[in-house]
Amino acid sequence: MKDKTQKYWKANLKIVFSLLVIWFIASFGFGIIFSDTLDQIRLGGFKLGFWFAQQGSIYIFVIIIFLYVWLMKRLDKKLSEEEEI
Amino acid sequence: MTTQLLTYIFVGATFALYIGIALWSRARSTNDFYVAGKDVHPVANGMATAADWMSAASFLSMAGLIAFLGKDGSVYLMGWTGGYVLLALLLAPYLRKFGKFTVPDFIGERYYSKTARKLAVVCLIFISFTYIAGQMRGVGIVFSRFLEVDINTGVIVGMAIVFFYAVLGGMKGITYTQVAQYCVLIFAYLVPAIFISILMTGEVIPQIGFGSTLVDSQVYLLDKLDQVTNDLGFIAYTENAKSNIDIFCITAALMFGTAGLPHVIVRFFTVPSVGAARQSAGYALIFIALLYTTAPAVSAFARMNLIDSIQDQPYSSSPSWFKNWEEIGLIAWMDKNADGKIQYSSGNALENVKPIYQELRGPKGQRLLENEPNLSNENEIYIDRDIIVLANPEIAQLPGWVIALVAAGGLAAALSTAAGLLLVISSSVSHDLLKKTYMPQITEKQELKYARIAAAVAIAIAGIFGIYPPAFVAQVVAFAFGLAAATFFPALFLGIFYKRLNKEGAITGMLGGLLFTASYIIYFKFINPDINNSDYWFLGISPEGIGCIGMILNFALALSISIFTKPPPKDVFNMVDEIRQP
Repeated sequence: MKDKTQKYWKANLKIVFSLLVIWFIASFGFGIIFSDTLDQIRLGGFKLGFWFAQQGSIYIFVIIIFLYVWLMKRLDKKLSEEEEI
Repeated sequence: MTTQLLTYIFVGATFALYIGIALWSRARSTNDFYVAGKDVHPVANGMATAADWMSAASFLSMAGLIAFLGKDGSVYLMGWTGGYVLLALLLAPYLRKFGKFTVPDFIGERYYSKTARKLAVVCLIFISFTYIAGQMRGVGIVFSRFLEVDINTGVIVGMAIVFFYAVLGGMKGITYTQVAQYCVLIFAYLVPAIFISILMTGEVIPQIGFGSTLVDSQVYLLDKLDQVTNDLGFIAYTENAKSNIDIFCITAALMFGTAGLPHVIVRFFTVPSVGAARQSAGYALIFIALLYTTAPAVSAFARMNLIDSIQDQPYSSSPSWFKNWEEIGLIAWMDKNADGKIQYSSGNALENVKPIYQELRGPKGQRLLENEPNLSNENEIYIDRDIIVLANPEIAQLPGWVIALVAAGGLAAALSTAAGLLLVISSSVSHDLLKKTYMPQITEKQELKYARIAAAVAIAIAGIFGIYPPAFVAQVVAFAFGLAAATFFPALFLGIFYKRLNKEGAITGMLGGLLFTASYIIYFKFINPDINNSDYWFLGISPEGIGCIGMILNFALALSISIFTKPPPKDVFNMVDEIRQP
């Protein structure tokens, strides 16, 4: 039992950590640090760095949370199935 | 029908709706009052969270701020949405599993200490009142401009409405009114944005119109805006004026601050399960993103329209909104070169920035000013940034009902946030201070009574803030986020993810973060505002971003003190193990 909960927690940390890496790159990376460099590329009427700072990062945030919901649901299901066995 | 009559109808109808909901959802127990009985559907909770979160500042001020800041304004967009990722992944599910009533509740039990609980209550009350003062100003502006009543009357009407549903319904009443308020405010925000997008770019969706070409032209809106702002002596709209490190720190302080704001966290205590808490954070961010991705488009449209409609126009033929806002005292014009035309460019038009009006009128009928002109530039107008969203439909010459709708939306945004803040203040007083600290013998019924009394007192204090607004309201907003980031976020995060953290570490960390952040902000904003510029800042970080450094300090103190003092008791380890399970 102890073992299983530890495994669950480790898997949980892995999911959270990977998603936070995406979170950091989308906002602090593309929106701030590399924003001026990305501005060389254009997306229609937007400079790409500007688009990430004012639009793109927000869309990615929404996707991250729903990915998290889905991954955790899968993990929770796995845990409860293992408990039944 | 006149715009004013329409505004009365819209505002009256929405107020009646809120009161109706309050009557339908009365709180019968402390469980109802504090956490809405813990059976709110995740989608409803998402809407309520969005309305709770999006305040008068988001609805009224943010697009205006970004219109003038250009790309620098991105800190608000990323900061106030990115915090939800942290909230969803690091805090909300675990705090929901903990399953109590308030944020100080968690701090008090996790760190087995009444001192920690009391410290948390002090931080919470300070953060929440700072925030409320801003809401009341929003209510006052909307009432005085659109209903032409006295600001004080407006504040009292607003207070009466909040009093009604917060005291009667507690969290339950607030939750369902916030759902209605979200619908009102998002509709009111999107309708004018869509109209203006169609007028300017021919695109229905503002987020697309923002990146499209102007009607009857091959030039992209943003390119045109870059060129126009450059010509007027501003930095180009899509370029940063602030340094990267400052932008980085402000964004981080806003994100971590958002994740640590008690009135937002407590919303996740109201859903039935851990899974629902995760989902609910996702829905909340979708509902918030609808407004937050529209806002920068509104900003760009407004800046363009503003320049087009007043630059080099004779004052005598300037649009009526210009004169209306001048009457309210949020626009001023000083004809420096005496040509009778309005010139707009970079720099402050007036010495002392804010206009001080005389009773007299100038030759063109403008209100004369006491201020000396600032002769270092050619700018002739002062525009308060808060008016952009409210004036936008008028600037774009939209029909009266759209203007009325925006007024009702602004009130919904201000009232929903005020109610959420009042609730966390009252529950931390009745639950954390009375029941859990000073008067443990009271029954649930008495606790509920005290919660209602605390809510009523908090509303009265908020009303006083609205009627006699402290001059420093705008300057202390940085406080709320900086302090939440420097106090609550590390204590909550480590409480869940690091079992070994003990009360000594947590309390020193919170105190250290609080004192450092507060003294830095007070020093630059109040004691020595003359040297509030990047030459004197620590590492070039402005007071708005210093909460990020305060947070790092909190982490460092908490972790190092913990290692040298004795570990927390066994049952705390068990409690953390418990909240880590879904």
